[in-house]
Amino acid sequence: MTSRKSEIMVGIFVLLTVAAVLLLSLKVVNQGIQSNGATYTLKAKFDNIGGLKARSAVKVGGVTIGRVESITLDSNDFTPVVILSINNEYSSFPETTSVSILTSGLLGEQYIGLQPGFSFGDIGNLADGDFIEDTKSALVLEDLIGQFLFSRDGE
Amino acid sequence: MINWIASIGARTIDRVSATGRAGLMLFGAIFALPKFKNIPLTIHQIHVVGVQSLLIIIVSGLFIGMVMALQGYTILVDYGAEGSLGPMVSLSLLRELGPVVTALLFAGRAGSALTAEIGLMKATEQLSSLEMMAVDPLRRVVAPRFWAGMIAMPMLALIFSAVGILGGHLVGVDWLGVDSGSYWSIMQATVDWNEDVVNGIIKSMVFAFVVTWIAIFKGYDAIPTSEGISKATTETVVFSSLAVLGLDFVLTAIMFGIE
Repeated sequence: MTSRKSEIMVGIFVLLTVAAVLLLSLKVVNQGIQSNGATYTLKAKFDNIGGLKARSAVKVGGVTIGRVESITLDSNDFTPVVILSINNEYSSFPETTSVSILTSGLLGEQYIGLQPGFSFGDIGNLADGDFIEDTKSALVLEDLIGQFLFSRDGE
Repeated sequence: MINWIASIGARTIDRVSATGRAGLMLFGAIFALPKFKNIPLTIHQIHVVGVQSLLIIIVSGLFIGMVMALQGYTILVDYGAEGSLGPMVSLSLLRELGPVVTALLFAGRAGSALTAEIGLMKATEQLSSLEMMAVDPLRRVVAPRFWAGMIAMPMLALIFSAVGILGGHLVGVDWLGVDSGSYWSIMQATVDWNEDVVNGIIKSMVFAFVVTWIAIFKGYDAIPTSEGISKATTETVVFSSLAVLGLDFVLTAIMFGIE
């Protein structure tokens, strides 16, 4: 009979663990972009990527539509190339779309903001592997302060 | 001088042969042909080492989560970053505190009991009697306890982390007034399944292996006197705590140190 009782208690133990795993997987872990599979890639060249990292978010108007897949350096002109993987759901950005590196809050982490351009006439959509031409680099606080001091010197 | 060198040599030989005996014991316990009639024994041991540790794990998980939320809040609120309370609590629990504190508590709660039980079995010659009856004590006594520890401890660590996160929610959201939505959503945006949860589970499996192994070996290898058993029990808690803390640094360096 004691063995029966311990079996019941172990069963409760297992159920508690399952509940803990469920809590962790449903409420704690991000189940966003990478879980629902199909993505396509876009590339963009920047002068300076600031503090951008792989796995940073790609957002349009605050909505996350993808992640930064990897960041490499073009070996010809030594500019950083950022490879973005975008959810297939959002596949019709016009070629006039521009990207910029933005910061969430004053000290927050950096992410990529996409501004969809207008599509008129013979402007097509961005396809898998395309380069986005119109890019704005990250705002580097030190450069900004330097420019400010320099312009004050001129006065 | 010669005596001193000889004592170093004797101690080294002692340690090496103890490690060898520990390895042989583990080998005999794990790699022997599994017997299905031992499964009820294992379940009984899960009850002993796992279920009976539940209370202390849940209570300490709750309080550690609550304390972290309280401490984190007082610092984060100065920077207006109290929304980051969720990731702070959940990441430190999943990556570090869950596996480590569970292993330390497990060594104190279950490991010492395992050592004392097996040591006393040896002292009262129950192990020799089993051998007399042609029952291998490694398979009958040691293996179920080992597997029970290996199974129960990662489960306890998961429960610890989950309860701690709920405790952090209790203090941070219900008491101090952090927004519940930002507590969960920033946590979800930060915590990664493979990076954080799976690495925590791997950590707790390694700790389970080490703690259970030390506990069982210390009992199996104890000098069969009351003094020897008390020494073995103390050594179990001290050695496994040190091993857990040292291994934790190594594992953290491997998992999170190099980008």
